[in-house]
Amino acid sequence: MRPAVLAAWLLAGSVGMVLARERPPPGASSCAGCHAEGAAMGAIDGRPEAEIAAALAQYRSGVRPASVMSRIARGFSEEESRAIAAYLSRQRPAAPETSQERP
Amino acid sequence: MSRTRRAFLATGAAFALGRPALAQAAAKVVVIGGGFGGATAARALHGGGLDVTLVEVNSTYVSCPFSNEVIAGLQPMAAQRFGYEGLARAGIRIVHAAATGIDADARRVTLADGTARTYDRLVLSPGIDLRFDAIPGYDAAAAERMPHAWKAGEQTLLLARQLAAMPEGGTVVLAVPGNPYRCPPGPYERASLIAHVLKTTKPRAKLILLDAKDTFSKQRLFQSGWKALYPTQLEYVPLAEGGQVTAVDPDAMIVRTDFSDYKADVACIIPPQRAGRIAAVAGVADRSGWCPIDPVTFESRLVPGIHVIGDAAIAGAMPKSAFSANAQAKVCADAVIDLLAGRAPETPKLINTCYSLVAPGYGISIAGVYHPAGGVLADVEGAGGISPVDASMALREQEALHAADWYRTITRQVFG
Ligand SMILES: Cc1cc2nc3c(=O)[nH]c(=O)nc-3n(C[C@H](O)[C@H](O)[C@H](O)COP(=O)(O)OP(=O)(O)OC[C@H]3O[C@@H](n4cnc5c(N)ncnc54)[C@H](O)[C@@H]3O)c2cc1C
Repeated sequence: MRPAVLAAWLLAGSVGMVLARERPPPGASSCAGCHAEGAAMGAIDGRPEAEIAAALAQYRSGVRPASVMSRIARGFSEEESRAIAAYLSRQRPAAPETSQERP
Repeated sequence: MSRTRRAFLATGAAFALGRPALAQAAAKVVVIGGGFGGATAARALHGGGLDVTLVEVNSTYVSCPFSNEVIAGLQPMAAQRFGYEGLARAGIRIVHAAATGIDADARRVTLADGTARTYDRLVLSPGIDLRFDAIPGYDAAAAERMPHAWKAGEQTLLLARQLAAMPEGGTVVLAVPGNPYRCPPGPYERASLIAHVLKTTKPRAKLILLDAKDTFSKQRLFQSGWKALYPTQLEYVPLAEGGQVTAVDPDAMIVRTDFSDYKADVACIIPPQRAGRIAAVAGVADRSGWCPIDPVTFESRLVPGIHVIGDAAIAGAMPKSAFSANAQAKVCADAVIDLLAGRAPETPKLINTCYSLVAPGYGISIAGVYHPAGGVLADVEGAGGISPVDASMALREQEALHAADWYRTITRQVFG
């Protein structure tokens, strides 16, 4: 287990309380509306910072084809995009889905 | 990391270590409305260590997104229903009662069961009320003959049944209000999917779409889809050509405009709307019926200590959508946490994306990025917009898939 993960696990486990969330930079909290494990849009929490930053830069410039991401990425500066990438890379990916599929 | 953020993490760690004094001192937030906005806000506030009570009148939430698909027989109603067990499991205190009174000075909410809750800050996400005083003849009783189906539930099923039972060669009339209203592209998605039902099951039947405005969301995309798919099924009547409904006669099944009377076999009337009633009770709705807010904190411009999110809020360029309500809830929750800790909230940016189906497997989208500017939430210039008008069918198929995946993701995140 990586030390950071272990620390988080210890803190969360020891008191059974929700850990304080890191504050998302402007825009970042909207992303989870679409991005999740199992969705076509894919999960982005915990992905490498460089990968997310590069994707956002390519969406913004239009090099990378997209349905909506090119339209969204143009709303963020290089600096804002980097902050979002750094933040998302530090988030823990959601636990794999458990049962209870909806019809 | 900024200093305020570091300070926040430090406070959070203290909470996480569960010091009783601190835990007991947690500020109290009451959230009214357990829809896309309120349920998201409750989760985020709870995650921030606050003492949260979610007040929601119903024990089952019925989702409007994808209810047009239910009307067209493309989605089972069961896929629209969500319980509150997921929120309860997350540790959120839920009270199933209607909030009936708000005393902003005493910071107290009264519930229909006679009990009261005090708060340090209050978040309202009550959604909409339909205005049964706006179209002569269209009241709550008329809606039993001419469903609006703009709040999902029995109304959705009623319209679905009426449509399925309509004789071949019949006429459906669908009336759309002027701005602002819940889900700007929703009526046009509904028109598309009803036209799809007619085309596939009653090819001689017709849909007349009466609109109280001349332009609408994703218009070019919808209209090019209609031309290709439903050239004989769907007739669009904009305001300029007499699209505004001036009265209805539910007994005779007549929908009137200044230009004509339309005899309908099925009539779906989407009336003008206002913020859910509790907003007016709280004094946070203005004369428009909607709630002016600060674009950084979503705090009411009229009553301090009360925040309004979702459809009820006047969110500037942001449309009244479930996606917006979810994004606003998170930003609002962070602002509430900051304000209660005596810190200045950061200036936010918010995103919206709305998908619509023109037909099964044919999806289109609109997206936007918003920021506070000039005291309102304004479009970030150069961002956002609609799917390409000349896109390939592969992209339309992809966006239909994304629509379904968005629905699964958001409902799981909010209620799961
Ligand atoms: C046909 C249709 C299709 C749509 N499709 C989409 C889509 O594809 N994508 C999208 O993003 N959006 C879509 N929407 C819009 C979406 O449904 C709304 O924008 C969203 O529900 C707004 O969330 P809210 O929290 O503001 O209100 P709601 O979701 O309406 O929640 C309000 C809640 O508050 C409760 N409540 C109200 N008053 C009280 C009170 N006094 N006491 C206790 N509880 C109270 C209500 O019971 C309700 O549960 C669609 C809407 C329609 C009608």
